[in-house]
Amino acid sequence: MITVTDATKDWGDFRALDGVSLDVPSGSLTALLGPSGSGKSTLLRAIAGLETLDSGRIEIGGVDVTDVPPQRRGIGFVFQHYAAFRHMTVRDNVGFGLSIRKVAKPTIHSRVDELLELVGLGGLQDRYPAQLSGGQRQRMALARALAIQPEVMLLDEPFGALDAKVRAELRDWLRHLHDEVHVTTILVTHDQEEALDVADHIAVLNHGRLEQVGNPTDLYDHPANSFVMGFLGSVSRLGHTLVRPQHIELRKLAPGEEPVVTDWSAAKITERAVVERVTHLGFETRVELVTLPSGDRFTAALTRKNANELDLAVGDSVLATADRDTEHATFDDWSI
Amino acid sequence: MALPTRTTPRAPAGRPTSRRPAARHFRLGGIDPATLGVVVLWVSVLVALPIAALLALSLSGGPQGFLAAVTRPSALTTLGLTVALAAAVSLVNAVMGTVIAWVLVRDDFRGKQVLDALIDIPFALPTIVASIVLLSLYGPDSPIGVHLAGLRAGVMLALAFVTLPFVVRAVQPVLRELDTEAEQAAASLGAHGWTIFRRIVWPVLMPAVASGTGLSFARAIGEFGSVVLIGGNLPGRTQVASQYIQQLIEAGDQAGAAAVSVVLLAISFLVLTTLRVTSSRMQQREEAA
Repeated sequence: MITVTDATKDWGDFRALDGVSLDVPSGSLTALLGPSGSGKSTLLRAIAGLETLDSGRIEIGGVDVTDVPPQRRGIGFVFQHYAAFRHMTVRDNVGFGLSIRKVAKPTIHSRVDELLELVGLGGLQDRYPAQLSGGQRQRMALARALAIQPEVMLLDEPFGALDAKVRAELRDWLRHLHDEVHVTTILVTHDQEEALDVADHIAVLNHGRLEQVGNPTDLYDHPANSFVMGFLGSVSRLGHTLVRPQHIELRKLAPGEEPVVTDWSAAKITERAVVERVTHLGFETRVELVTLPSGDRFTAALTRKNANELDLAVGDSVLATADRDTEHATFDDWSI
Repeated sequence: MALPTRTTPRAPAGRPTSRRPAARHFRLGGIDPATLGVVVLWVSVLVALPIAALLALSLSGGPQGFLAAVTRPSALTTLGLTVALAAAVSLVNAVMGTVIAWVLVRDDFRGKQVLDALIDIPFALPTIVASIVLLSLYGPDSPIGVHLAGLRAGVMLALAFVTLPFVVRAVQPVLRELDTEAEQAAASLGAHGWTIFRRIVWPVLMPAVASGTGLSFARAIGEFGSVVLIGGNLPGRTQVASQYIQQLIEAGDQAGAAAVSVVLLAISFLVLTTLRVTSSRMQQREEAA
């Protein structure tokens, strides 16, 4: 268990962390999610001891480590750009932490072999980092961090420097590795898809503040505010309400038909709109609409089947409705 | 080295056959024969031919003459002293230059730009001016009461003065490029300051320190102007090889002067080559393909 209490950090005039308190459960894979400048990396580096807080406390496994140097925190840290020791072989890179701990050479040897097997780099012991691909270097960095059997693994945008395909592969692989190794892991990312995909806990940060903590479905379905809702998925604005595009229902109006709205309760949002564009994206159909009479634009996402039944064409008049209840995330936003 | 003209088996079929002439125009690795001629001529006129002439002159008294000139007790003493002083100064430079470069790259303080600019001054000054500068502070009329004129310490000071920038300027860019995250990673793995320096930073810095040290040795071994005034040209005590050579020339022993010069040249060349080979080996290990 990692407990951060009231963490605050200023960079000159910029407040990177503004009173963040967070519990990270033991054995979890928690993502710190937020846009750049939200303080997520600063928080991670503070947990590692690579950054000192201006105020606040950090506990790892019940021990206050606020003033403990990184060397004695028992953490494994993985950097976005690998931070490989370029002049050492893969074997020496991975064995570095153990050699610092004065572990006997044969023990290091076999432990490194084991770890490299675990991260899928078996047989590459004698290569230099320059001879590895980006994905392999990051696996090596993970093995290097795991070698010291850390209580906590901290990953700072670990897939950020990799191309999309390798990123997706490594993400799956990390998930499986975590199921196998079960060390408490915190992952920093600005990619909501990555967070939803990999993490069992997500903490959303914005402007140095913690916006919401929860499991991925909770955050997606019950965002605490419009920022979290917007950051964890696409959002459409229907009137003054933010809704998920796939929660908008469309009914086609016959030419000249005046819609009879039966439910004017606060639980239903209703707008008249005209279809501006229809895009088929394989499994779903995206419909771009303009509300009447205000002229606001919004997007609805329909299933392919639903779209085929409606058979919408550009210029069609529709009635767009969305439910406002606990099943559907909605937010009132009067900023426009 | 992969040149664009190389025919790769993976090249897609059906590419325009005009590839060869185009490659000739845009090839970056190749050179024009005329350019090569100019380079060879220039280096010959400046370096190769004068050195050949020097060699010829040094051997004008035959191999025996050469040997006699360089094994004379006075020659051996001054050569030994020069090499010892140059080596000592270079070692000091290796340490101090690295420390100065470290401070300039890693620390932030007021007057950093000024300090950075000061490093080049000894290099920019005419060496005789350097000698006057040092003499005015450490000479017989020293305002601070430190008298180094006519002492080996004075010669060392002068040599250290003129060779100050070499290690600093060699190490600085490497240090600037150094990945500080690697050091943080080492810290998170349990390594403390000195261990991080020894195992993570030093192996990357070493080739640059070696090349800077080699250059400063080569410069120190042949230094003349800056030691003239402060050293006092005392044979066996402060007379360095370049001054000994001048003394031989003034005495009309052209061949002897040339012979001692050839030995100096050989020592510099040997040191520079050794350092270049070791540092390129280290580099190869690091970037082994």
